[in-house]
Amino acid sequence: MGFLARARVKSPWILHYCTGGCNGCDIEILACLTPLYDVERFGILNIGNPKHADILMITGPVNWRSRHVLRNLYEQTPDPKVVIAIGVCAATGGVFHNCYNVLGGVDKVVPVDVYVRGCAARPEAIIDGVVMALQKLEAKKSGGVSYAAGAR
Amino acid sequence: MARVTFPFGPQHPVLPEAIQLQLTCEDERVVEVLPVVGYMHRGIEKAAERNPYSHNVFLCERICGICSFIHALCYCELVESMTKIKAPPRAKYLRTIWSELSRIHSHMLWLGLLADSFGFESLFMQCWRAREIILDTLEMTTGQRVIQSTCTIGGVRCDIDSEMKPEVHRQMKAFKKELEAIYPVFARDYTVKARLVGKGVLPKEQAWSLGTVGPVLRGSGWAYDARMLGYAAYDELEFEPVVENGCDAYARMMVRLREVVQSVELVVKALDRMPDGELAVTARRFPEGEGIIRVEQPRGELVEYARGNGTVRLERLKVRTPTFSNIPALLLMLPGCEVADVPVITLSIDPCIACTER
Repeated sequence: MGFLARARVKSPWILHYCTGGCNGCDIEILACLTPLYDVERFGILNIGNPKHADILMITGPVNWRSRHVLRNLYEQTPDPKVVIAIGVCAATGGVFHNCYNVLGGVDKVVPVDVYVRGCAARPEAIIDGVVMALQKLEAKKSGGVSYAAGAR
Repeated sequence: MARVTFPFGPQHPVLPEAIQLQLTCEDERVVEVLPVVGYMHRGIEKAAERNPYSHNVFLCERICGICSFIHALCYCELVESMTKIKAPPRAKYLRTIWSELSRIHSHMLWLGLLADSFGFESLFMQCWRAREIILDTLEMTTGQRVIQSTCTIGGVRCDIDSEMKPEVHRQMKAFKKELEAIYPVFARDYTVKARLVGKGVLPKEQAWSLGTVGPVLRGSGWAYDARMLGYAAYDELEFEPVVENGCDAYARMMVRLREVVQSVELVVKALDRMPDGELAVTARRFPEGEGIIRVEQPRGELVEYARGNGTVRLERLKVRTPTFSNIPALLLMLPGCEVADVPVITLSIDPCIACTER
């Protein structure tokens, strides 16, 4: 493993975007960063710029307007990257599945690597999802898995 | 001076949710603000017309994850008033306890985000650590951290029994101790005051005429709180609204900080006075006609209107959330401020976009 790949796995940077959910999962992601769960001890940092990110954390069902934003964020994140869909809404649309403005899960717009269940997803589940995502990130870096930008 | 227009959001580290403010600036000064909305719209009001009454409780709860219990409470009280049933007294006290716990966790979350928005990282962490005590209490009593799903039409589904009661008391005491360390920092610290005092001024008369609600209104000197109406058990708890006269971001912060203290007292009081009895009654028929209700969310007054036609589904549900009423005030506060103050002033109304756009 090269220097860059090792650094990426040891200190993954996270970009968080809410595509139209209820905030429940967003505040749980923030709770992961705060003293009780404190993911920063694993080198995980929450940042605001997609160009610096390794992991995209997406919450909420995708609606017709935010799908463009999500697409942009995905394309601006450099490879290798992993996408985590957090909560049932991000997986399938969840309780909002029959709302007229909801497209469905995140996988309708960008390819998803890890699904975290729960409504709202618990911080422990989110941390578990990040750990799984890191394994995928490592596999992608070594050439095991690869996605073209804008695969769908 | 050349004018520059640039977007603030929809993806921005200060905002946990997606809203865009198009800021037009001259040098470092904001001259014009245009909000662009629609990134969080799902169409909950329409979806509510397709579900049976009892399922809508869960949908309404997910309008907003931060004040979810109060949304469910509002919907349940509305349907109860339309079907002319009354929740048992014990359920009313339990509802009060859980809505005050949600208020504390929402305010602590906001205080943390505010501290983060002006770069006071350690204070942000402190607030969120204290908040975990409240979330633990919620998890112990209802089984979930943020979306509780305990309110139901006719009462509640969980109980705080005699075994849990001393534990809740103990956790409230632990939280009070944490709060005693945080309170003076927010109230007196030089950095906090330098970033908040005199920022985002909303004069008393304008606060009323723009129709603001909640801490924004109370921070501008008006004693107005929907809890004074006495829904749930508030009429028996000698509730008095918290008012500050500063009219700026600091006053709004102080309203919320003092409300946290008040809410802890309300929880303890309600816990002590809670009568015994059943938890829920069953509604025998479907609502017919119209109903409207107002309750107090952490962000201000929440209004819900519903129309039923005697069948298993609603004909119309309309939700007016507090942030909707507070955004006009934000558009008045922002022009004239510096770009660096935009996050602080935006946060000072505690925007909840998920509520507003539903």
